[in-house]
Amino acid sequence: MSVFNLFGQTLQVINIGLESFARNLRQEGVPVVQMDWRPPVAGAEGVGEAPLRIDREQANREAVDRLLRGQPILTGVSSAGEVIPGMRKDLFLHAGPPICWERMCGPMRGAVIGGILFEGLAASEEDAEQLAASGAIAFEPCHEHDAVGPMAGVTTWSMPVWVVENRTFGNRAYCTLNEGLGKVLRYGAYAPQVIEHLRWMAEELGPILALTMERHGPLDLRVLIAQALQMGDEGHNRNRAGTSLLIRELAPELVRLKVKRKKLSEALRFLHSNDHTFLNLSMPSAKCMLEAAAGVEGSSMLVTMARNGTDFGIRLAGLPGRWFTAPANLVHGLYFPGYSESDAALDLGDSAITETAGLGGFAMAAAPAIVQFVGGTPQDALNLTQEMYEITLAESQSWQIPSLGFRGTPSGIDLFRVLTSGIFPSINTGIAHKNPGVGMIGAGIVQPPVDCFQSAYQAYMQQYAATLSGDETTNESRRRNNETD
Amino acid sequence: MQRLLVKKDQYRDSVSLMQLSLELKEGAGLQEAFVAMGTPANREILTEMGISKDQLEGVGPNDLMIALLAENEETIEKGILSIPALLEGTRARSEGGESYQPRTLEQALRQLPEANLVLISNPGPYASGEARRALEKGLHVMIFSDNVPVEDEIALKKLAQQRGLLLMGPDCGTALLNGKPLCFANVVPSGAIGIVGASGTGIQEVSCAIACRKEGVSQAIGTGGRDLSREVGGLMMAEGIKALAQDSQTQVIMVISKPPAPEVAEKITSQLASCGKPGVVCFIGEKQQFNEGTLWFADSLAMAASLAVALVRGETPGPLLLDDKLLERIAIEETSGMSDEQCFLRGLYTGGTLADEAIYLLESGVGPIYSNIHKEKELQLTDPTRSRENTIIDLGDDYFTRGKPHPMIDPSGRAARIAEEAKDPQVAALLLDLVLGYGSHPDPAGAIYSAVIGAKETARARGGRLAVIASITGTVGDPQGLQRQRETLERAGCRVMASNQEAASLVERILQHRAVRS
Repeated sequence: MSVFNLFGQTLQVINIGLESFARNLRQEGVPVVQMDWRPPVAGAEGVGEAPLRIDREQANREAVDRLLRGQPILTGVSSAGEVIPGMRKDLFLHAGPPICWERMCGPMRGAVIGGILFEGLAASEEDAEQLAASGAIAFEPCHEHDAVGPMAGVTTWSMPVWVVENRTFGNRAYCTLNEGLGKVLRYGAYAPQVIEHLRWMAEELGPILALTMERHGPLDLRVLIAQALQMGDEGHNRNRAGTSLLIRELAPELVRLKVKRKKLSEALRFLHSNDHTFLNLSMPSAKCMLEAAAGVEGSSMLVTMARNGTDFGIRLAGLPGRWFTAPANLVHGLYFPGYSESDAALDLGDSAITETAGLGGFAMAAAPAIVQFVGGTPQDALNLTQEMYEITLAESQSWQIPSLGFRGTPSGIDLFRVLTSGIFPSINTGIAHKNPGVGMIGAGIVQPPVDCFQSAYQAYMQQYAATLSGDETTNESRRRNNETD
Repeated sequence: MQRLLVKKDQYRDSVSLMQLSLELKEGAGLQEAFVAMGTPANREILTEMGISKDQLEGVGPNDLMIALLAENEETIEKGILSIPALLEGTRARSEGGESYQPRTLEQALRQLPEANLVLISNPGPYASGEARRALEKGLHVMIFSDNVPVEDEIALKKLAQQRGLLLMGPDCGTALLNGKPLCFANVVPSGAIGIVGASGTGIQEVSCAIACRKEGVSQAIGTGGRDLSREVGGLMMAEGIKALAQDSQTQVIMVISKPPAPEVAEKITSQLASCGKPGVVCFIGEKQQFNEGTLWFADSLAMAASLAVALVRGETPGPLLLDDKLLERIAIEETSGMSDEQCFLRGLYTGGTLADEAIYLLESGVGPIYSNIHKEKELQLTDPTRSRENTIIDLGDDYFTRGKPHPMIDPSGRAARIAEEAKDPQVAALLLDLVLGYGSHPDPAGAIYSAVIGAKETARARGGRLAVIASITGTVGDPQGLQRQRETLERAGCRVMASNQEAASLVERILQHRAVRS
């Protein structure tokens, strides 16, 4: 465009600043978009301006393409010990970045105690605590074992897990079965009925679902999630539609199993009673899709956002295996009667993997039923999803949002865009009580701490900044960066 | 004390009910409130709150449960009364909300893919970054923001030049592109006169004068006040002239500026002289009107408009003839009844260039004029809030606008100053501008109406008469309504002249009458 093709054209204006200028132009019939301009994040000055030794845009295209081409398929139910790579009886997986027993938050400690009791490694709460502190049990992130776990995310040898396979790339992800609401292990509860419920899941529900899946055959979760989004789910805090669709798929096969009708009925009733049954499928779906992008050289796309109740951690496609952490934030939300922010544990769980893949808070516009979390009106939800497009690299081809004209969900968070725009990923989440054993006390939205993005940026630049020799590749990448940014 | 209400078969989403619980609790001052569907988990929470199992008998998952806990019966009743409105409220909230405003240029372009101009008025230190991004995306830019470093201005203008884009500003308050007024600008018909101006109110005054003479403007490009300085070297003015020279709609090109650095003036005039189209030059403060080849130099903004209109019509431009007899008649009317001591003028301007012009036009006829913006140090007011002898004040100067809106937006400061000036028994005439158009106050005449009446009354009470002379920079198309503004001023007793120049001429004549008398 140049002056010579501005004159005589219809003037169309983007207005940054005083809104009265936009109003006046509209009054004169000029099409105007008003920007909601805000100063950049402190410390993010100059991000994206230094030359790189790789083509970041190209790397990000590759990474987000791998994410979008992923096709998560539910292939079966098995036990953690049987299928999770590197699983051992003395290894407990947990949510979020790595953490030792001493630094674990209340709910995660409670879940570890519950896990020990469930596995029969100790007989009492005191013994379990002692065992956990003794070093005899190893703690590692679910994320480092192709797994994800909601809230505390504690996953042990005998627990049944969903097995989800990314058909496009052949990698797998695993996730426990959702325990329902109320007093449950993932919120740190370990009372006898919690352990009893876990046993029932391991001994009855798991095998029933495993047999059902054998009869049913592979189930395309990408399609199921697409349908759920069009039925008012966002795949993180609302999973009612996904759960219903799953039951619809499984029930015809489940009822044909050679198992007592009472037990089948109990299994179906449990799946039905728990709106979050599907969360433990949307999470491994997101996980196996993102895992396929991990290791794309030079990409600044996030492949992990996860919290352990103490730290928030992110990982980048271009820096595989490395965690960048900062203290977890408090969740802003709505609380059950009798509870308030002062009772809440800090941000917890691997479920932010859904946002990392373009679901959850990023698909908020699809879920008008839960807009109270983001301001109260459907328009607020639309605005929130639209804001997430500003920090993402692409739009999903399969997951669409009806109220945005079937636009694909914002997918593939770019570290650079987060820092330059000052817009942080918006994560829908449940809120755990800070003390072990109490359980869920509310739900709301949370944003990651800025520090983990800043340290990830520093590490990225250490790895990928162009050397100062001024050689050919440096100039080449500088030129390209100038063209594309 | 607790109470349970159950509404059968009234499904609500649990999240909206959590919000409702909070509102019920806080609104009525309850100890606790719990509004939820009658699921087993929720019924258990209620029993923990002290609701007996009997009360929950027969309550199912599709029933809405409302539990209230309070110290006394009264509070519970208050809570119960508030429930219908709250339940209704959860429905009403689903309407409304603001539509999405993008945070980044990239997303804004997605919403408006055909955008061709970015208008920037965010804080100065950030304006350059946004402007650079816009230029890199091939978009024209207008920067209204001030406090942009001059190095940034030069770099941005060079980048714009490379890409064939406009970079108007920084501190550019006025432009007309493709007939559309930007920021502080008037609704002017489209026509054949192209303007490049370093002064916002200068462009406004000229474009309104052109509209008044039934001609129109093709484009009015603002350059920002620093463009013709030695450092910037008229980068944007040169680009603007080039663009207008190639624009088929533009037949005459006018440039407006305060007197530029001499070498820049030379560069601009020689470019304009050789651009192939007739040019009008208005360097405010130029004392003479003259002609050189295809260039016509004007001694006032009104003259510049008149020259351009004549050139567009193919007429030979002549001097701007004011109706001498008429002026004389008005001067006599306005001075009759003045007391002997009345001999000074006080100009109170909202448009900086108009104030400048009035100073230049009047100083030869009435002698030294004090001002807050005078170039000569000895004529600068030490305290801009106190006038002395003949004074012309630019109320839009930094001194008055620090932390306050510009007087074109908020004219209340001028109303107060009018009352203040009227207290001085030596004042014979007030000289005012009134700038209409987009960006300006919706009723600037109304904003000084009472002050003008009061000022004239003050003079009358003293046994004198105060002349209030004004000109309006505006068009019939402006949102304030030119006619309505003129009538308001006239009702207040103002004498409304056709231009700033004409208003200044009248004041000069009034003062000469007073000088002859004394």
